[in-house]
Amino acid sequence: MNLSCQEATRFISQREDRPLTLTESAALTLHLAICRGCCAVGEQLSFLRRAMKRLLEEKA
Amino acid sequence: MPADFRAEIEALRPYLMRYASLQLRNREAAEDAVQEALLAALGAESGFAGRSNLRTWLTGILKHKIIDTIRRASRDSPLAGEESDASEFDALFDERGHWHKHPDAWSDPDGALHEKQFLAALESCLAALPPRTAQVFLLREHMGLETAEICKELGLTASHCWVLLYRARMALRECLQKNWFAR
Repeated sequence: MNLSCQEATRFISQREDRPLTLTESAALTLHLAICRGCCAVGEQLSFLRRAMKRLLEEKA
Repeated sequence: MPADFRAEIEALRPYLMRYASLQLRNREAAEDAVQEALLAALGAESGFAGRSNLRTWLTGILKHKIIDTIRRASRDSPLAGEESDASEFDALFDERGHWHKHPDAWSDPDGALHEKQFLAALESCLAALPPRTAQVFLLREHMGLETAEICKELGLTASHCWVLLYRARMALRECLQKNWFAR
């Protein structure tokens, strides 16, 4: 399965919400190995998770 | 009831208000949920009995009250507009699904977490999300609900939930890029 960047970003989002199938997961790994843009998005979405936790603590 | 238990609970009110306001995005609704949670807590002191952290215990009670509020609201007045159309992000990609412009990595994002102004920027980005999209995102990332619970409470299909979460994350990413990291 050859992913487009649009499909890859969907899987990057969905892996936070459901286990990806083996095929999806393998395709995503392959895509991330060659795509800097989607890698950046992957890191940014993990960062967003950390930021959301921080948001509550900071303003408490 | 010992006065100090009441005082300890009361001292956590600002935190709980903050917690509820983030999710409900409505001060009055947040106040009601916090009030209900505090009343329930005062009536259930024996249920606490120092088993856990008081804030954790109160937050657990508050979560239930918030979900009740959301359930009532979505039954009384289902949000207009399905917000299920992801076309605005299609603008990021060409017809073959490749980036028009590759996103760049952010420099020292974790450093930003210690800046009050960054957290304010994140809040503005959250406030700019459409209501349903924000609600689903916050249930997931702020309240920590599983997608299955969110679907059940809001009467959404799993794939609709995933679309809304994707939209929320991509919109927040774009917004932070524009308003913070590309400054």
